[in-house]
Amino acid sequence: MDTPFVVSIAPHVKSESSTRKIMRSVIFSLLPAGAAGIYIFGIKSLYIIILSIFTALFTEWIILTIRKQQASVLDASAVLTGLLLAYNLPPAAPLWLPVAGSFFAIAIGKQVFGGMGQNIFNPALVGRAFLMVSWPVYMTTWQNPKWNIDAVSSATPLAIIKAKEAAAVFDVSYLDLIIGNRPGCIGEVCIIALLAGAVYLLFKRYISYHAPLSYIAAVGFLSWVFNGKTGLFCGDALFFVLSGGLILGAFFMATDYVTSPLSSKGKVMFGLGCGILTFVIRKFSGYPEGVSYSILIMNAFTPILDRYTRPRWFGCPSAPKKAGR
Amino acid sequence: MRFTFKGGIHPPGFKKLTNTKAIIRAGVPKQVVVPLSQHIGAVCEPVVSVGEAVKIGTLIGRSDKFISAYVHSSVSGKVIKIESRAHPVLGACNSIVIESGQSQDAAYVNNHNCDIDMLSQEEIINSISQAGIVGLGGACFPTHVKLSPPKNKTIDTFILNCAECEPYLSCDHRVMLEHPEAVVKGAFGMMKALGVKNGIIAIEDNKPDAIKVMRSNAANFKIAVLKTKYPQGAEKQIINAVLGRIVPSGALPMDVGCVVQNVQTAFAVYEAVYLKKPLTERVITIAGPCVKNAVNIRVKIGTLVSDLMDSLGGFIREPKKVIFGGPMMGIAQYTLDVPVIKGTSGIIFLSEKETGNEQESACIRCGKCVDACPVKLLPTTLMHLVKKDRFSEAKDLGLANCYECGSCAYECPAKIPLLDYMKFGKAKI
Repeated sequence: MDTPFVVSIAPHVKSESSTRKIMRSVIFSLLPAGAAGIYIFGIKSLYIIILSIFTALFTEWIILTIRKQQASVLDASAVLTGLLLAYNLPPAAPLWLPVAGSFFAIAIGKQVFGGMGQNIFNPALVGRAFLMVSWPVYMTTWQNPKWNIDAVSSATPLAIIKAKEAAAVFDVSYLDLIIGNRPGCIGEVCIIALLAGAVYLLFKRYISYHAPLSYIAAVGFLSWVFNGKTGLFCGDALFFVLSGGLILGAFFMATDYVTSPLSSKGKVMFGLGCGILTFVIRKFSGYPEGVSYSILIMNAFTPILDRYTRPRWFGCPSAPKKAGR
Repeated sequence: MRFTFKGGIHPPGFKKLTNTKAIIRAGVPKQVVVPLSQHIGAVCEPVVSVGEAVKIGTLIGRSDKFISAYVHSSVSGKVIKIESRAHPVLGACNSIVIESGQSQDAAYVNNHNCDIDMLSQEEIINSISQAGIVGLGGACFPTHVKLSPPKNKTIDTFILNCAECEPYLSCDHRVMLEHPEAVVKGAFGMMKALGVKNGIIAIEDNKPDAIKVMRSNAANFKIAVLKTKYPQGAEKQIINAVLGRIVPSGALPMDVGCVVQNVQTAFAVYEAVYLKKPLTERVITIAGPCVKNAVNIRVKIGTLVSDLMDSLGGFIREPKKVIFGGPMMGIAQYTLDVPVIKGTSGIIFLSEKETGNEQESACIRCGKCVDACPVKLLPTTLMHLVKKDRFSEAKDLGLANCYECGSCAYECPAKIPLLDYMKFGKAKI
């Protein structure tokens, strides 16, 4: 029928938010940590970040063109993947490493699953895991922060603990950990900058506190109980929370919408699972750090967590039947 | 203490456009188109014929079915046609077209001396039924039916729903401010019809003046102040907020001992019971970015939108979307030649700018729809199931409990028309 009016189903008003706005806000919230990383480790970190983002965008564009999909490159999710991958690389990495990792992250981590919203695993972490198994030496060659006169590579605090190198000078204070005066990945070292970004995202309600808090609490608690030098219940929980990539992982990767559970209860369980796995990997495996593998493993559990943490609907007489994705 | 429920959204209210302006009265239109179905239930049969003279309040349509509501003429004049016309909810409906005459006479006699204490429950319900009153919040369920619960249901609480949680609408707000006594008397009449002692007036906290007015006028009622949140005015949510009771899946408010009625329903009941006046007009909000003069206006039922807007000075911008009701749950119209009916709470005119047809993009599982859903469903999961024709699984996840408030689709950052999928799925199960 001819009509001058638009006829559609309600609601006729929609919120201002959009996928692109959310992605931009997450990128914005990550900027302080990146800036801190560049300041601490030098200009090469910036090159790594730029190459990683550029490769991510380019790969996304190529694959979407091949798949004859609308180029949604501009929805900024590829930029976020590239940025997060770069933050997970050591500042001493050769410049081709972010290119290889970012390509793998987008091509294998995201697009082969069907692109935006379809991937099971966090793409940036898929990229990092790929680099970790392919070029472990480059991925574990560290650089000292600018405040350290000794510019030669040294080990991260967690690696020192792991190797029990009594000889290694081990004198990081909590203040050092908070401002980022320690060897580590570009985006993970400056805790204060990461927390500023996290608070912004929490305030904007773009992320919920459930997964990060349960994740950090689990790592802190288990480290306090089992990581003491003189027995149980005397571990330095704060040290284990602030070292490594826990803060970056908990607030910016365990909160990834696509790869984490929908419900609050599911998010808490997801965080606890990540925390337990991180502790187990740090304590018992050959790796000093386990944040990225923990999150990847828990990503695989997301569908089942979703299934068993469905909220009971309003007025539902008994637990709903299990069905669906 | 302010009452509320879990979930819901906070859309911008736009109430200031109209909530400080006194209700005005629309002139008598040159003709009215009165649909024979303005309610849930059986369609009425016309009881007048073409050429017959009618007065304001003359019965023109009735049905003998229990769930139905009488229809009255809203003007004094002559029936010129009985034919199918555009209807704001049904698309088209058999309607009685009445041409207004020179003099406007009423078919009823105002009876100001009615003493409600002398009336029995049956007499009150009969007056309401004779007046053709339906739920004026928009649901249009016949009020006399709602006030006659089956014998085995015990009603202990009456809630007057003054939430008015839809953006733009402020007609109920103005009616409370300007006719508090009538509203309270109407509510009291309904309580008497139900034999209920416990009456609660529930108002959102964005209407402090109405809360004050009701406090001073409704001595026999409890006033419950609600947090401003959509969809606070939904029956199940208002009962949950005020009483903490949960209406079970598939059950009705009366199953938890409640009856919820709207402000203007109470006003209409007052007119019906105390003044013996049938429902022939109501107050609606006309607003939106295209409207020159946003108003709350008392309109005769059957007035065509086109006539109404001509009398209000037309538009400042070309309207692209015309919505009957609020913008969250209202129905978009395909023509301006539709009549205002009993359940019309407002007419909102949106321009090209507000009718943005954003591109739908992939779900990123942000969970905003899950947090927004007042029924605690999983709109994104249901959407995926409906897309794949897996309707029985969607049913198992409670799809039938969706009452289509649209909160999920409002929040979705990927602009997925989630409610379209919910409605489609509900039609398939």
